[in-house]
Amino acid sequence: MAAVRADEIPVPRGRPRPVARLRTWLDRESVLGPVLVTPAMLLLVLLVAYPFVMALYFSLSNAFIGRPSHFIGIRNFVHLWDSDAFRQTFQNAFVFTGIAVAFKVVLGIILALLLNEQLWFKRMIRGAVLLPWVIPTALSTLGWWWMFNSLYSVVNWTGLALGLMDPPGPNWLGQRYYAMAAVIIVNVWRGLPFFAITILAGLVAIPKEIYEAAHADGAGANARFWHITLPMLKPVLAVVVLFSTIFTFSDFNIVYVLTHGGPINSTHLFATLSRMLVIDVGRLGEGAAVSLYLFPLLVFVVWAQLRFVRKHAN
Amino acid sequence: MTVARRPLMRRVAIHLGLLPFLIFALFPFYHMTLTSLKQDRELYDRFAVPLIITQGPTLEHYTKLIWDTEFLTWTKNSLMVTILATAISVVIGTIAAYALARMRFFGVGAFGTGIFVTYLVPTSLLFLPLAQVVNWIGLADSKWALVLTYPTFLVPFCTWLLMGYFRTVPKEVEECAMVDGATRVQALLRIVLPIAIPGLVCAILFAFTLSWNEFIYALTFTSSSDQITASVGVTSELIRGDIYFWGSLMAGAVLGSVPIVILYVFFLDYYVSGLTAGAVK
Repeated sequence: MAAVRADEIPVPRGRPRPVARLRTWLDRESVLGPVLVTPAMLLLVLLVAYPFVMALYFSLSNAFIGRPSHFIGIRNFVHLWDSDAFRQTFQNAFVFTGIAVAFKVVLGIILALLLNEQLWFKRMIRGAVLLPWVIPTALSTLGWWWMFNSLYSVVNWTGLALGLMDPPGPNWLGQRYYAMAAVIIVNVWRGLPFFAITILAGLVAIPKEIYEAAHADGAGANARFWHITLPMLKPVLAVVVLFSTIFTFSDFNIVYVLTHGGPINSTHLFATLSRMLVIDVGRLGEGAAVSLYLFPLLVFVVWAQLRFVRKHAN
Repeated sequence: MTVARRPLMRRVAIHLGLLPFLIFALFPFYHMTLTSLKQDRELYDRFAVPLIITQGPTLEHYTKLIWDTEFLTWTKNSLMVTILATAISVVIGTIAAYALARMRFFGVGAFGTGIFVTYLVPTSLLFLPLAQVVNWIGLADSKWALVLTYPTFLVPFCTWLLMGYFRTVPKEVEECAMVDGATRVQALLRIVLPIAIPGLVCAILFAFTLSWNEFIYALTFTSSSDQITASVGVTSELIRGDIYFWGSLMAGAVLGSVPIVILYVFFLDYYVSGLTAGAVK
């Protein structure tokens, strides 16, 4: 049934006053719709799209803070490959993202399965699990910085006390592989709640009947997990992994606070390297080029999400 | 008896399985708080047990933080930026979300896609050129730059979240009101918004949390002690030179998290539902 829209309501007899006419005109979908989205659109055009075009321009120029710039084509993107710092960063970004996301997926599924059981303090446990995700990352990473301190590390103290480490224990933030491990640990710590809670929402949505039927057919717990739970979770997992990949890849806070990219660039990510190039050295063009290396991944994730969302909506 | 016992055993096993996860999640906060309450001589005693306080707690790090640093100014800045950015973003996001969820007009599809794409753009991709824009507008080293730029990631988020909520409000309720002579705007304000209050609460909470926790813009756009936010103040002003005051640093990290923890304790369920809605819807 067609709805009666406000602009189809008969206008009272006589010449309507201008204010009333403006009101009816404004009430049309084709007018009101654009009016309502204009503030958001202006914001996105002026403060997202325009800066993005600027970033493109900077990356194609030899811009240096406080100096006029010239167009130099894709030379920045090519030159970066001559720099050890950039090649190291490129490798770090994939190692960091790959390992962190893998841990978050596996631990997230385990945690969600546990949270999906009958629990005594359900609300409190959920609250505790989600806490790392709500606290300001820069501040909680300070706590981790202290926990990894070279002299007073509580991690090492515990490891030594339990006999898991040889004295004096690793210098977490001063050795390259340990520093990378530390950065990954903090990222997993902070990202795990998002995975667990979202996967839990996916678990809750799986109809109980399927499990009952499988149980009646004699499927064990293992079979039920691999043949029902995991396939049914696939859509949720896909969204979470895509989402997390982009935000892990572009992480800034954890690396900046914990290691500043060191030791010797071994934990730099695109965001921290580009900030260092621009703020500390002043090379705006190169810095912009570094951060634009994030862009292809972003395009892929957006494409995958849109495809996925569309498929899901139909 | 075994029938009654098995589920209990299973329950205990599940809780035991959760224990490592809970320790992992909570230990850093415990350790932070503990450190902030320890006296210096215990803090820097390499042979003391770091997991407990043995020589008596002290508030000296907190008093030092509040009286000897600009911490209160940073917190005030954080509050101002967060409240303004949240208010602006929720209003802009609400009206945009309503239009996207309910109306058909030229360009609505493209705009919806645009919102979704910017929702996925990480802040670390655009902070360099945005710093230039902020300079041109004349807001260099000013907290107002943050009020202006935070909506760039808050508006897409709020719009996306609220679109989902608005779609759950039955169209018929609204149409009834419009048959009775209400305009669309009146229908939105008097019918749709009251029904979508849980969604609005969610949007406000998340916008507040996201802007309170924002770091890279605040770090890049502001630097003077009277303009920076709590996160930037604690991470940069308290660490100058090679001498770290770990007690005050941890006190700052604890106090800087307090506003979010308070909100979190009261609105836990909204956080849980908003988190899943943001990703799944």
